[in-house]
Amino acid sequence: MTGSAALIILAATTIFALCLGLAARRGKDMGLEQWTVGGRGFGIVFVFLLLAGEIYTTFTFLGGSGYAYGKGAPTYYILAYGALAYVISYWMLPPIWRYANQHKLISQPDFFSAKYDSPALGVLVALVGIVALVPYLVLQFKGLGIIVELASYGAVSHTVAVWIGAIVVTIYVMVSGVHGSAWTAVLKDIAILAVVLFLGIYLPFHYYGGYGAMFTAIQTAKPGFLALPSHGQSLAWFDSTVLLTALGFFMWPHSFGSVYTAKHERVFRQNAILLPLYQLILLFVFFVGFAAILQVPGLKGGDIDLSLFYLSRKTFSPAVLGIIGGAGVLTALVPGSMIMMTGATLAVNNVYRAFRPSASEAHRMRLTRLLVPVVALVAVWFTLQGGRTIVALLLMGYSFVTQLFPSLIMSLKRENPVPREAAFAGICVGVATVAVLTLTDASLAHLFPNAPEVFQDLNIGIVALGLNVIVLAVVTLVSRAFAVRSAPAPHA
Amino acid sequence: MIIKLLGLLPFIGILVGACFFNRVTPLIFGLPVLLAWLLLWLLLTSAIMALVYWLDPANKKPTDEGRPT
Repeated sequence: MTGSAALIILAATTIFALCLGLAARRGKDMGLEQWTVGGRGFGIVFVFLLLAGEIYTTFTFLGGSGYAYGKGAPTYYILAYGALAYVISYWMLPPIWRYANQHKLISQPDFFSAKYDSPALGVLVALVGIVALVPYLVLQFKGLGIIVELASYGAVSHTVAVWIGAIVVTIYVMVSGVHGSAWTAVLKDIAILAVVLFLGIYLPFHYYGGYGAMFTAIQTAKPGFLALPSHGQSLAWFDSTVLLTALGFFMWPHSFGSVYTAKHERVFRQNAILLPLYQLILLFVFFVGFAAILQVPGLKGGDIDLSLFYLSRKTFSPAVLGIIGGAGVLTALVPGSMIMMTGATLAVNNVYRAFRPSASEAHRMRLTRLLVPVVALVAVWFTLQGGRTIVALLLMGYSFVTQLFPSLIMSLKRENPVPREAAFAGICVGVATVAVLTLTDASLAHLFPNAPEVFQDLNIGIVALGLNVIVLAVVTLVSRAFAVRSAPAPHA
Repeated sequence: MIIKLLGLLPFIGILVGACFFNRVTPLIFGLPVLLAWLLLWLLLTSAIMALVYWLDPANKKPTDEGRPT
């Protein structure tokens, strides 16, 4: 019964989050726009938190520390890509917001289908989004499973823990929609900030006496672990991964959706100044993972994600572990609920509705709520298949969503030269490349044994993005040539 | 134009800079060299974006909030 204190705190946190969700919902008329984009009334604080809320997820908390523990320097990429993404956001988000606000758009596929005047493209974008969201949701469930399992000191098995996590998130979404996310995001950000700062400072000093001493000890035990290796996750991997994830950062359907919640466009420009600083928290997440290297050695494969909790359990009493776990539950609950809501909304509004345009809003609303548990079940199934690390899961999702970037950025131009066929073809080729390479687990080194190493180490998502852009350009040129020959080209 | 060039700096600092600072020792403020370099660029990125915000004429007009320009 050693773990009961930890479990009680976990349960209390969860119930508190559910109550916050319920309270946020009260008194609001929950139409579809209200449920998904919060009625477009969020100022800088809430948009900041919603955007930040998706960054500080189980991915950073467990995945970031786990990757630092298991892989070393490659984990630095997480620190780098956010900053670059915010630089891009300064110029990219305001026009997206303006257009979405003007046309009263609700989702990301709406944007593509309006810009390219092609409902079919909207359906494709929705499907890409849904596919990419699955590994993202899987990693939240995996994180919840780890937290519940370890905080229970083995009393709850991994499978049961994953189920509990999935059920909690499902109830949470069905109860509250996006208002729940925003309120819990406030609570979550405070909790995660406190916990990560505490662990990232306490553990290195407790076990090593300071950061310099800790890194010196790691460098002695594992020389070169704290710099990028010359093979595999090398500089080529680092740069291609940072670029892929920076470009894809706002291509996630739920991030795109939170752009719509802003009250005015200046919010994004201000966030571009603040959010890079918010990335500093990641440093302390890394410190936890690095501290664990010599203290809880031996975790391998997908188990590296356990390092933060293994070290915490070794160091602290069950009550403290419960608090850390409670913060961890929140980091999975907020993004997990966002992802599930987005997935269900996409499936109903952008796929189902394309085939049954006559469906009423009330009918679609009901269907969206019904789909939430279905999305959860799919993710639970994948989670229990196991194997991949949290970071690998997220990178898989990124490889998919970033394929939307070229068509999106072109659509923001005053006169977009890209016709819908080219956008369609580019996205299809990019996504198909990622799917084939991921499903067959093929590496570039394997496929092109004679290629230079710089090429072999590239993130497959970037290679797919390259093919995507080539196809997009070729189809654009070909269709323009045809258009010029047959009739004067009408500008979309 | 100048603000877009400023926006390019973090990309150069992080993506190109990493090639020159991919090493562990000597530790800088107790951190491995590459980590310290990236950290420096987080701070610089924030500062650069603050400068961009200040220079950008789009933020000078107080009345354009929420209205398409």
